[in-house]
Amino acid sequence: MRKLVEKGVKWLLTLSGFVTSLVILLIIGFLFTEGAGLFRKKIIEEGYVLALNKENPVRTMTAEQIKAVFDEDVTSWKDLGGPDLAITTFRLEDVEKYFTEEELGAQYEYAGEKIAALVDANPGMVAFVPESMIPENAELNFIEDSNISPKDVFVGAEWFPTATPSSLFGMWPLLAGTLWVSFFAILFALPFGLSIAIYMAEIAPSKVRDVFKPLIELLNGIPSVVYGFFGLTIIVPLLQQVFGLPVGESGLAGSIVLAIMALPTIVTVAEDAMRNCPRSLREASLALGASKWQTVSKVVIPSSMSSIASGIVLGIGRAVGETMAVLMVTGNAAVIPHSILEPLRTIPATIAAELGEAPAGGAHYQALFMLGVILFFITFFINLCVEYISSRNKAKNR
Amino acid sequence: MVNRKKILISVFAIMTACGFIQAQRIKGSDTLLPLTQALAEMYLSEYRDSSIIVTGGGSGVGIAALMENTTDIAMASRRVKFSEKMSFAKSGLEIKEVIVAYDALAVVVNPANPVKELTRKQLEAIFRGKITNWKDVGGEDRKIVVYSRETSSGTYEFFKESVLENKNYMSSILSMPATGAIIQSVRQTKGAIGYIGLAYLNPYVKALSVSYDGKAFYAPSVETAAEGLYPIVRPLYYYYDSRKEPFVGSFITYILSPKGQASVLEQGFIPVGKEKPAGGNNVATKENGLNSEVDGEEVVRP
Repeated sequence: MRKLVEKGVKWLLTLSGFVTSLVILLIIGFLFTEGAGLFRKKIIEEGYVLALNKENPVRTMTAEQIKAVFDEDVTSWKDLGGPDLAITTFRLEDVEKYFTEEELGAQYEYAGEKIAALVDANPGMVAFVPESMIPENAELNFIEDSNISPKDVFVGAEWFPTATPSSLFGMWPLLAGTLWVSFFAILFALPFGLSIAIYMAEIAPSKVRDVFKPLIELLNGIPSVVYGFFGLTIIVPLLQQVFGLPVGESGLAGSIVLAIMALPTIVTVAEDAMRNCPRSLREASLALGASKWQTVSKVVIPSSMSSIASGIVLGIGRAVGETMAVLMVTGNAAVIPHSILEPLRTIPATIAAELGEAPAGGAHYQALFMLGVILFFITFFINLCVEYISSRNKAKNR
Repeated sequence: MVNRKKILISVFAIMTACGFIQAQRIKGSDTLLPLTQALAEMYLSEYRDSSIIVTGGGSGVGIAALMENTTDIAMASRRVKFSEKMSFAKSGLEIKEVIVAYDALAVVVNPANPVKELTRKQLEAIFRGKITNWKDVGGEDRKIVVYSRETSSGTYEFFKESVLENKNYMSSILSMPATGAIIQSVRQTKGAIGYIGLAYLNPYVKALSVSYDGKAFYAPSVETAAEGLYPIVRPLYYYYDSRKEPFVGSFITYILSPKGQASVLEQGFIPVGKEKPAGGNNVATKENGLNSEVDGEEVVRP
């Protein structure tokens, strides 16, 4: 009977291990396939075309150029390699400006012909219309559509995922924002985290430590949205006053909140490491006449350095992946940050804010998955660092 | 995924509790969520033998759920996109559109800001980053801090359509995850400007009068919006599969009834009957022929 139970338990453990690994692999596979779909999407919105007059020699436009044209920042075809001719843009919503309801028909059945004729009559016009509306025999030219290129995505500086006719998915500002805010977060968290850890491991009497340790670990249990709200109502106005900023939502507010959130990880891991420093090392140092502080700084910290380092890296991991708190305090402006006092936008915040409303399967949806893939690689890299550091630790202690 | 599970569980719980009544599932826009919940409660107090489950998630989520048949009605604060229409056509669904209410957007600034009114052109320039100082529009010498909703919210889309005439916002715009966050930020930032739904307007922020023609300025209120004077008004939609008309029709009729529309007004939205708003495109419901065949299991009402 007992043997049977043991066998059953063994099988159960094996099975759960396999199932979990399989699920993780499936999730990663899903993330990658959805993300990679982005590069098979066209730059012009699905189902639409950009129609030109047949005299117009312009055939290709980049996504940035299309945006500039429809924002009326570029107003002449000369800038796009065409004739010196003013650009007129036409969207479906403009149809009522040119035609009456009767001309278009009750079910807008004549709209396609009318628009085709309109473009034919205006040499400088570019019309953004559904492909299905254009009559087959229309003598129009079309902008050649191309796939979204990885270069535009990874080094592009503009994130306009819902712009029409052509969305811009430049992820560089988001990536820079994530790294920038995490870097400062760890810069703030490190000195505080280490000093708390040293104090608790070496200096604090056990009574104080018994109060402190659960208190710090309690920080881990606070939901991140609470941190976010704390940041928005306390830290943001405070920064605004102290630095005299026009706007308080900034990378700095984000890094302070993240630093507070990363503290418990760093403190707990570092403190445990120092307390686990072999008693023999400590006693040897003291026996040689070293003072308490010399022992801590020359023996205890170096011997537990790799554990402390992995604690720090885990803290960075927490900061990089944090969503809700940064979403609320960094202002989410998708610009490449030049200083920490400017608003910025991080990858997790972008995914959280936009995924809910992105049409499933569309380019925007896939771009958000692509961001997920980037985030995956960042955390993967961080985890590799932890592995490497702690394996060195083991080798040294052997 | 978790959401869907939750719904399944709640559907199951309600089915067992009420003796296998098929619940109407409504999902989508967070703008419409409080209104729909209030209306559903009223409806259920009159029709005790039916049940309704309302969940939020965003316009896009609601429409995607309609496609996958995990909801019966999708709430949306924007019209379905062409790409979504194509997916509906591909999966053989014929969707119908109903405007259930109108929502006005108020442009808000910090109460300390002396500016009282702006034209559409000025708003466009501010939100596109062409005007960056309040002194250019008759205010103090202070940098303008522009707040917006995040890129995929229906409110963001509508403001872009109506006020920016489909041009893009500047890239350095601050995008906030929720209306509450915009109010909080505008309240504590002197140079701030942002936009919120009329129902969210409170004394901590100051609403600006807006003019589209540059002559007559109107302050946002239910009255000015209903009379078609205040220009930034958008329709709010319900979408449903036309085959489910008999199943969901009763609730929709109830919403459009005088009693339902009175509640719409109470919630700070503009009722459909009063309408003719200037800004929103007032598209009538497309009646593409009633398809009365219904899956038997869908309309089980004891």
